[in-house]
Amino acid sequence: MAETTLEEARDGAVAIVGRTPWQITRSRLLRDKVTLIAMGVAILFVILAAIAPLLTTWKLIDPYTSHTDLVGGLGSLPTGNLGGISSTHWLGVEPGTGRDLFSRIVSGLTVSLLVSVCAALVSVTLGTIIGIISGTAGGRVDWLFSRVIDFVLSFPQTLMLIALSTIVIDALESALNVARTPASMVFMIIVMGFFGWPSFARIIRGQVLSLKEREFVEAARSLGAGRMRIYFKELLPHLWAPILVYSTLIMPQNIATEAALGFLGVGIQAPTPSFGSILNDSVHYAIADPAYFIFPGVTLFLVVLAFNLVGDGFRDALDPKADRQ
Amino acid sequence: MFYYIVRRVLSVVIMLFLITGTTFLLFFAGPSDPARYTCARNCTTAILEGNRKALGYDQPVYVQYGKFVEGLFVGRDFPDNAALRAAHPEQIVHCPAPCMGYSPTTNQTINALVATAWPVSLSIAIGAFVIWMIIGVGGGVIAALKRGRWPDRLIVGSALIGFSVPTFFIGLILLTFPAIKWGWVPIPHYFPFTQNPLTWASNLILPWLTLACIFAASYIRLTRAYMIETMSEDYIRTAMAKGQTKWRIILRHGLRAALTPIVTAAGLDLGGLLGGAIITESVFSMHGLGWTAINAVINMNLPVIVAMVLIVSAFIVIANMLVDIAYGFIDPRVKLVG
Repeated sequence: MAETTLEEARDGAVAIVGRTPWQITRSRLLRDKVTLIAMGVAILFVILAAIAPLLTTWKLIDPYTSHTDLVGGLGSLPTGNLGGISSTHWLGVEPGTGRDLFSRIVSGLTVSLLVSVCAALVSVTLGTIIGIISGTAGGRVDWLFSRVIDFVLSFPQTLMLIALSTIVIDALESALNVARTPASMVFMIIVMGFFGWPSFARIIRGQVLSLKEREFVEAARSLGAGRMRIYFKELLPHLWAPILVYSTLIMPQNIATEAALGFLGVGIQAPTPSFGSILNDSVHYAIADPAYFIFPGVTLFLVVLAFNLVGDGFRDALDPKADRQ
Repeated sequence: MFYYIVRRVLSVVIMLFLITGTTFLLFFAGPSDPARYTCARNCTTAILEGNRKALGYDQPVYVQYGKFVEGLFVGRDFPDNAALRAAHPEQIVHCPAPCMGYSPTTNQTINALVATAWPVSLSIAIGAFVIWMIIGVGGGVIAALKRGRWPDRLIVGSALIGFSVPTFFIGLILLTFPAIKWGWVPIPHYFPFTQNPLTWASNLILPWLTLACIFAASYIRLTRAYMIETMSEDYIRTAMAKGQTKWRIILRHGLRAALTPIVTAAGLDLGGLLGGAIITESVFSMHGLGWTAINAVINMNLPVIVAMVLIVSAFIVIANMLVDIAYGFIDPRVKLVG
């Protein structure tokens, strides 16, 4: 606390105006050029992912049409350098089918980001609710939730995701009466979301433990506020900082997990483009046509890096103890 | 301290029971028929039912789980059939305790399967651990000492890159270029350490580097953050005022205090890795525990999946416990109360 007051005093000496925490955060963010650039890149990727289906309808990108005239020879490799880069195919074409790689990466972005955002929503919602309940209730409820958190965290996550995939995707397919691709997407969202909540619930619980002793909660309680009102009207507004930071930091994790599982042949599979399914296919051509795995791989890296940088930037900007040197 | 350890050991045992129990329920009581996966082509009802009986899948799940637990403590016979044991003892496979089950698709006990895969995973984990700890802690200390100047920016920047590159992407690049295209290092294949340490190491260098890249990044960030924090403590100034040498202060006073969180992270990461590095082993086709697990999933070899979940979570839970106990020894401020 002492540090905060000192810093605030120093800021106050420069410009003698009171600033809300949000103003401090914003001014810190505006000074952080790396985060701003990363945010620009991340927003660009999100926009690209959001409009990809439109681009496909307008025939600006075409992820599904084969161009067999552009591949040939042993193993149907793309003709031309670097995976067949040309003015019409900016990142070359897929070996075998000759589908446009740029279009497939952009459409893959849609699928990967959609799955990752939904899974992040599941984790953050579950984590927030359980964290708040566990922190305010205390006693036996808290003990029980903490043990459940320990329990879920002890499961080997990657292994469980892979092991459950076959059984659960089959079950979802028949239960929801949908095709393989939507079933795999629902599976990824549910299971990635499920393994993501415990660590976040711990963070929220810790925050709530200190928040609930504060006077405003006491005041609300003595005025006869109900449990739900205390949870959502009193406590939740104070938790937006960890929620924001965690949501941005879990996004790149989810994107990477989806890609890794797809790479292992689990989850979303070709012909639906996603980072996982593209990279899984590219392994077969890793030696003959390295461009085919390098372009999607580098794009994936850039997406993950951008989100990681944004998350780090948010965390530094929102941390009252963060040093601004 | 003693009671604390006893309590932790007990909770580890309970946790492992819960985890294996849940896994068992998920896979053996799920909507899919476990026996179906044991007979692929030319499957007849007779073979299916024969397999179901031989593997004990015809019994209720709790009985199967009971047998599984019994096998862990006293061992089991496959198939568990007294008449067959009397008539043809040579057809019975005995699996001594701690028996983790029987793999119907490869016709061997899972203990035998693990015995061949475990040295591979162990070799990968140990080598990678040494490399990433040296790079991670060393880099973190240098970055903290040169804070804000170019070595710091360089180290932190590369850590961020390492933190964001997907494991399989690094692995695939390392496999394609230095190993296959340029031939600088052999294409990884496991040779036992006892056979020839040099061959062992040169074959494992790529998996090591792949994992080290990923893990070193977070250790650089962790070490840097804690070193910066401790180096601004008052006792560091006291040590400087006493005229101690720079490196003595950095190592004995600074790093010593920053060690607790590093040891925690290192213990947990190493524990997780000992159960097999799934992606790295798949990229380099190293037949360790992670590869075995993936293979079991692809073939829906349920007993092996359950055994792998048990092994990996045992490593995680035990590493957790050891780290908590180690706290009491490393950090004089921590008192473990039973």
